[in-house]
Amino acid sequence: MAHTVDARGLSCPQPVILARSAIQAGEFPIEVLVETATSRENVRRAAERLGCTVQVEELEDEFRLTLTK
Amino acid sequence: MSEKLTRFFASRWGIILAGGVIGLLAPLLQYAGNPKNMGICVACFERDIAGALGLHRAAVVQYVRPEIVAFVLGSTIAALLFREFKARAGSAPIVRYLLGIFAMIGALAFLGCPWRALLRFSAGDLNAVVGLLGLAVGIFAGVQFLKAGYSLGRSHKASPAVGWIMPALMLGLLLLLIFEVKVSDTGALFFSESGPGSQHAFWLVALGAGLLIGVLAQRTRFCTMGSIRDVILMRDTHLLSGVGALVVVAVVMNLILGQFGPIGFFGQPIAHSQHIWNFLGMVLAGLAFALAGGCPGRQLFLAGEGDGDSAVFVLGMITGAGLAHNFALAGSPDALVEGVQQVGGVNGYGMAAVILGLVVCVVLGLTMRERMEA
Repeated sequence: MAHTVDARGLSCPQPVILARSAIQAGEFPIEVLVETATSRENVRRAAERLGCTVQVEELEDEFRLTLTK
Repeated sequence: MSEKLTRFFASRWGIILAGGVIGLLAPLLQYAGNPKNMGICVACFERDIAGALGLHRAAVVQYVRPEIVAFVLGSTIAALLFREFKARAGSAPIVRYLLGIFAMIGALAFLGCPWRALLRFSAGDLNAVVGLLGLAVGIFAGVQFLKAGYSLGRSHKASPAVGWIMPALMLGLLLLLIFEVKVSDTGALFFSESGPGSQHAFWLVALGAGLLIGVLAQRTRFCTMGSIRDVILMRDTHLLSGVGALVVVAVVMNLILGQFGPIGFFGQPIAHSQHIWNFLGMVLAGLAFALAGGCPGRQLFLAGEGDGDSAVFVLGMITGAGLAHNFALAGSPDALVEGVQQVGGVNGYGMAAVILGLVVCVVLGLTMRERMEA
């Protein structure tokens, strides 16, 4: 069961802050839900910088990023 | 193709391109008629729009700046082309409105937004260094609140009308400008006959430059506040490389166009050298931008792609401009009076307003929390 971070609707940079603390907690895989393309890119960039592999799925009105390490 | 472009714009070269184009166009807009060291200034230009509408009566700063209109519409066009236009709203709009008001009061104490601070610096105005330091300190404080759990709460998907209001308002402003609407001899619109408000590039040139910047900034998420915030928060220099590109290109352009220098503090164009209030004004602006999640430019681009909360922040800034001039809170430029150097700056009201703004922002920073489990 993946650990889920629901960052939908949150302003910049909160999705990144939440994703980072989940990564630092170290329970993979982590699912991050975001709504905007900006958050998708910001979370992807931050996660990759922290050594994660990021998979992006586009759902109807949001994106699901799966972070693994 | 669309995916490749998106990848490019999200890359470091993408953000460098956006910053570079702003650094290229701003000095050219000044060359084409915009005020000195103010090829582009989001705060000043919103203030001019407030003046044109009669929301303040400072006769020297009234004009419908097409750049602001174009930033929003350029962003709308890019967001539609790349299927990113999403109407959303509902994240503490009244707080964002207040943050917009105080962001503007702080920026006008300094006489410029972060973009203009960078452009002033790129022309040799050292007061900009003081302002940028203040900006960084304000953002640093904002980051501490964010780390401690500050949040304005979630926005929610909204009806398309919510997203279209800001682009429609901007289109309306453009029509008012094109038809030079004047309801009566003493009524709106107001256009400055002297001073910075009277200095402007031909509207189509300003509009074209603004549209290009709006498109690029929407794609790359260019944000001056974010550039400093990301370095403080996570040593991420992505956005900062865009800001760096802006400064490098603007310095070169100013040298080529003969707009560089003299280097110094006193008597710089539309600037004052009252250091402490340049600093504190930008501390306030930086903190308000950080708490609201974007610099004034970024708020326009977000408003253009359907973000109703950013639109409220923009309206807050325009309101703040009205208040700043009606209550004499804005800084006055340095002046030479009969050969005597008179340092400008803010008066007692302006100082009180900046301090009040700092207090309000700190209270908001400490009290705004959102339960993340919800």
